[in-house]
Amino acid sequence: MKTRFDNRYVAPLFITCILLVGHLFYGFLESYERTALAIGAAIVTELVLGRIFFGKWVNLASAYITGISVGILLRSPAFWPYALCSVVSIMSKYVLRAKDRHLWNPSNFGICALLLLAPDTVAVLSVQWGNFILPMLVIWILGSIIIWRAKRFHISFTYVVSFFVFAFLRSWITGHPWRAEVAPITGPMYQLFVFFMVTDPKTTVRSKTWQCVVVFFVAFVEMLLRLNQVIYAPLYALFLVGPTAMLIENWLESRKAATEKSGVATQESPAA
Amino acid sequence: MRDRPTARIVLAVVFFSLLAAPLVLKRWRTRGETANAAIGASAALSRYGFYLSEIAESSGAKFTHQAPTLDAKLGHIMPQVASMGAGVSIADFDRDGWADIYVTNSGEGSKNALYRNLSDGSFKDVAAEMGVADLNEAGSGVSMGAVWGDYDNDGYEDLFVYKWGRPELFHNDAGKRFTRVTEQAKLPAWVNANTALWFDYDRDGRLDLFLGGYYAEDVDLWHLKTTKMMPESFEYARNGGRKYLFHNLGAGSFEEVSEKLGIDTRRWALAVTAGDLRGTGYPDLFIANDYGISELFFNDGKRFREVGKQTGVGFSPKSGMNASMADVLNQGKYAIYVSNISEEGVLIQGNNLWVPREGTAGDSLQFDNLAREMNVEIGGWSFGAQFGDLNNDGTLDLYLVNGYVSGDRNTNYWYDFSKIAGGNSTIISDAAHWPSMDGRSLSGYQQKRVWLNDGAGRFVNVAQAVGVGDVHDGRAVAMVDLWNRGVLDVVVANQRGPLLIYKNTVAPENKWIGFELEGTASNRSAIGAEVRVFWDGKQQVQQITGGGGFCSQNERRLHFGLGIDPHVEKAEIRWPSGKIQVINKPSPGQTYKIKEAA
Repeated sequence: MKTRFDNRYVAPLFITCILLVGHLFYGFLESYERTALAIGAAIVTELVLGRIFFGKWVNLASAYITGISVGILLRSPAFWPYALCSVVSIMSKYVLRAKDRHLWNPSNFGICALLLLAPDTVAVLSVQWGNFILPMLVIWILGSIIIWRAKRFHISFTYVVSFFVFAFLRSWITGHPWRAEVAPITGPMYQLFVFFMVTDPKTTVRSKTWQCVVVFFVAFVEMLLRLNQVIYAPLYALFLVGPTAMLIENWLESRKAATEKSGVATQESPAA
Repeated sequence: MRDRPTARIVLAVVFFSLLAAPLVLKRWRTRGETANAAIGASAALSRYGFYLSEIAESSGAKFTHQAPTLDAKLGHIMPQVASMGAGVSIADFDRDGWADIYVTNSGEGSKNALYRNLSDGSFKDVAAEMGVADLNEAGSGVSMGAVWGDYDNDGYEDLFVYKWGRPELFHNDAGKRFTRVTEQAKLPAWVNANTALWFDYDRDGRLDLFLGGYYAEDVDLWHLKTTKMMPESFEYARNGGRKYLFHNLGAGSFEEVSEKLGIDTRRWALAVTAGDLRGTGYPDLFIANDYGISELFFNDGKRFREVGKQTGVGFSPKSGMNASMADVLNQGKYAIYVSNISEEGVLIQGNNLWVPREGTAGDSLQFDNLAREMNVEIGGWSFGAQFGDLNNDGTLDLYLVNGYVSGDRNTNYWYDFSKIAGGNSTIISDAAHWPSMDGRSLSGYQQKRVWLNDGAGRFVNVAQAVGVGDVHDGRAVAMVDLWNRGVLDVVVANQRGPLLIYKNTVAPENKWIGFELEGTASNRSAIGAEVRVFWDGKQQVQQITGGGGFCSQNERRLHFGLGIDPHVEKAEIRWPSGKIQVINKPSPGQTYKIKEAA
């Protein structure tokens, strides 16, 4: 009997690989306990809220990715930010919704919230990677294959191309070495950002073309933020652009539905 | 999604409450620090039991550190590359009973200073006449710091100056003059060092010397062959300078034995300290590394073993810039304080206070980082720190300096710094790829921390209240009783800034006791000797160190605060030789001069 691997588990497996490679080679986790806390908090929150609001035990792949993203990306000497970030990330899916869709990528929301509300306690992984080329290449290649299989490669590709274009533009504007402008994308934060955050199926618009347009705007807003020396520019750019795109799409769909409805109504009652 | 309006309302309330939680937590965490503003001497004395007054210039110690001007290829990032070199070390070099101050300078052609304590509240720079001023001439590198130790056991403290350049050893000729003995000691021709330490690792009665490289030793920062001399990673760099352990063979001769004894690391060392962490009698070695994890070497007398990961101190890579040991909980055990970088909204490494875990000892010793719990975690871009009982209340307080590069005010290099720091090794390791600083600040103009130990496991910052309001780029801190008054004064060396001498005034009701030790079978400086004082059901251990903190060295005399109306049961001295001497019922208010019993 042939068994087919459930695609939903590809992303969790991949992010686990990133974590293991990163930690076993470079020890990049703040600690095992903090990462476990982040994952545990995300899973428990998802289980509880899923039971309450969906009446069932929901699939935990998404919560696992959120928890592990928080565990890797968040940097804090304290424990509580890991739990809090995971919990508010998952909760945001249940609270911040429009047309029965949640608006923010959960870990993007949670991390941005903590950065804004607890800047004296948390930072984001921006330097803690080996800075060596081989593991980075392996992750980029493996990630690309997985994202290709998940039919989201066009989003990551558009973002990366846009980033490079804007990096050279920034270099031209600021006069800084182009390598300095390109440097951030060689770090691990971007690998999680490119493969997991901007491609999140639940918080991207539906049309393939518009997905590319939106992610281009994410890169564009990131450039604007970078020109204003905002350190966590990509996270904030996605935080701003992602939900905006979702709301616009919702609005357009509503309008279209209303138009279609009124068209149908007109056809049904020509006298009106 | 089910339509459950009540549940959704509850969920929303919980959600927004959780979002507000960090603000509430911050308020709770900083409780007690709201009063940390300048309140004047008398209010500080009554509230905290001490007050610090800066008197360097008025006492004749007018000194401003100059930074080096390195190869023009580093011109665009010069302020951050040439960001160290202000060091301060204490010794009574002429044995007149008054502690003197040696200060390093780092501008090409600049002079180091040796401030002789004239005992009347003033100082006189005698470095030139003593022969230890002119150490920064072009071509020889520039000074980074210095440590004192009587390597030949003649009773006078000799001076080792480490540099980005040629390290120098000076023999103290009976306090009248220093003779350069670098060649005789067979020291290397060039080391880009930022830390050194005298200690007797094999307890043979002669002081050995540890020297920690920062940049690789084949880099001449004034004549770069390549700009690829920066760290290969912000967190995992192993392309720094090598380490040296010079075994003292006697007669002014040393043998380099680091690799032979198991110290083989090229991490970017910035600070080192030593202490007997396991009760073996042998001093273990702790290295705080920039761009990576700290390293702890257990010393078995003839061999060192790196046990950083095993003990918990070498797990999370940070930017270690200070290493100092102290019995912060009055438990008779040493904790280790490591300073790192914390910049709000950018990078929160947090400083580490490694406290021995209860129930662990010997080879299975483990440490927990209690910096957050004890409120000594967040300083800024932190450098030197020293422990000492500033108000004589019987607990060790902590003085920490912060601030990296104070350039143009209201400008900030952090964004560009973080951009490059996250880059691949091929980018970060080449200075040519670093964006220009253009005079911008990088964690500049930062407040210092004077953390008062409440004795119950928590420190409270009282810096402003007790008179410490300077915002220079602090580097080295040394604690010393400059005028034999039974109080600890504080000396601070600032990068591109003035030397500061904070004279301490302590509430007289708090008592103290001091110990000045001289080894016989042990090294004569008694470096590594421990004194354990038992009083009023409490105990505290302190040791004589041959360097510690960042580019600094405290006075050799040990100072214990005892609080109000103390009854001292005994003082137990453990010499490096292993001998134990006990003083029963010593009287507070005096310094005991103890010679190691034959």
